[in-house]
Amino acid sequence: MRMDDAPMCSFLSVSRTLQVMRVRVDTAKCQGHNRCYALAPELFDVDDYGNAHELNDGVVPAGLEDKARLALANCPEYAISIEE
Amino acid sequence: MTNLYGPVSDWQNDFDHADPSYNENIHEIWNDLLENKKCPVAHTARYGGTWLPLTHEYVHEIAYDTEHFTSRSVVVSRLKPSQMEIPPPPAPIGNAPPISSDPPFHHEARRLLLPAFAPKKIEPWEDEVRQICNELIDNMGDAEFVDAAIQYAQHIPVMVIARMLGLPLEDSDKFRGWVHLVLESVNEEPEKRRKKFEEFEAYLSYHVQDHIENPRDDLITYLLNAEIMGNKLMPEHVRGTIVLLLIAGIDTTWSGIGSSLWHLATNSVDRRRLVENPGLRPTAVEEFLRAYAPVTMARLVKEDYDFHGCPMKAEDWVLLPFPAANRDPSVFEEADKVIIDREENRHAAFGLGIHRCVGSNLARLEMNVAIDVFLERFPDFELNTSEEVKWSVGQVRGPRSLPVRVLARR
Repeated sequence: MRMDDAPMCSFLSVSRTLQVMRVRVDTAKCQGHNRCYALAPELFDVDDYGNAHELNDGVVPAGLEDKARLALANCPEYAISIEE
Repeated sequence: MTNLYGPVSDWQNDFDHADPSYNENIHEIWNDLLENKKCPVAHTARYGGTWLPLTHEYVHEIAYDTEHFTSRSVVVSRLKPSQMEIPPPPAPIGNAPPISSDPPFHHEARRLLLPAFAPKKIEPWEDEVRQICNELIDNMGDAEFVDAAIQYAQHIPVMVIARMLGLPLEDSDKFRGWVHLVLESVNEEPEKRRKKFEEFEAYLSYHVQDHIENPRDDLITYLLNAEIMGNKLMPEHVRGTIVLLLIAGIDTTWSGIGSSLWHLATNSVDRRRLVENPGLRPTAVEEFLRAYAPVTMARLVKEDYDFHGCPMKAEDWVLLPFPAANRDPSVFEEADKVIIDREENRHAAFGLGIHRCVGSNLARLEMNVAIDVFLERFPDFELNTSEEVKWSVGQVRGPRSLPVRVLARR
């Protein structure tokens, strides 16, 4: 990388960070209904007890935003949140 | 069925959830009660005092409130624990842990069971469930008139849970008899019920002893070897958990499958859509779970408590009608309509809070496969209106007889 590219790279990475959608499972609220894992296994996994957690630190890959919103809207315990 | 309390004329002040007309007309009854917006909580002096909150907000609140409400007994009966000759073990353990347990013991008893019913442990059962369903359809031969509850729905969960527990499959009639005893016969003479409970106890004792002598790879052996905080489970705990898994594992899913097939037998547009579009079936099953949720739970009030203006007394029963919460228009759009492609569906069919149905992953698998196989094998069917649909009585609602006419088969 040439030095004069650096400011542009860092600007791009900042703007990418701002656009990234993240999902979070509140593990204190999750009761293992398993809706998120069934609807969006790309974004959530379950442990040996059936309790959910987000994959990849919650980062939602491009194109899966609707699945993230679907998981949020189907959690009976309101345990999922989305940061955009 | 005899109802010792007599017929109901006022559902707001003298309701009876175990009167046969309740489950038959449940949606009309709730709608009428909810029009009384001032107090969406019905009451009855029956069963020694019972409350029925109907909104999602109130059901949610009580389900989460383990400080004022105990799970010691979750089936409303004529006798309360303090009135029973041999009362159930007190909270926090109760007679069928963990459903009858309160925190903090509940957490330990539940943690013991969760791994056996976690999604990745349940998924491998799919082929076996599919085979059971196909065999049940094969057994119907080429009959034009079949009963989708008696010949199909009622068998599926029994066969799976008996295999998981390690109980003989040929005893399935007995299991269904005990389901009736525990959940449907709640307003029959206590003395008559007690004798049947003794038979149930004797059966369990025999099979627990058999598992002690001949350990094998099943849930009963697992429970006998399990430990809580370094101690083996007490024999009452093992038996209580077997009762829970057997009773709760049978008629709930049987009811869920039956209600879904009732909907499809009476709604040809929805049936056709699901025949043509198998990918929509899992979404439809969630909607059937919302609209026809089978299970109403119950709690006991711990101490006198004013719940939003309702003067609840210690040891009053409180029903937790998750099926009513699922039809609350403040949470669900067009709550009264069955919309088989409803995408946003936070339904509470499996309960809310720490007592979420431990078998929900198994129930969902059984329902999805049962509906899938039925539609594949009988792509066209309708209600056989020359015979009567019979609904269950009490806290678990589903068709016990569902006569259908098969119009196309594969």
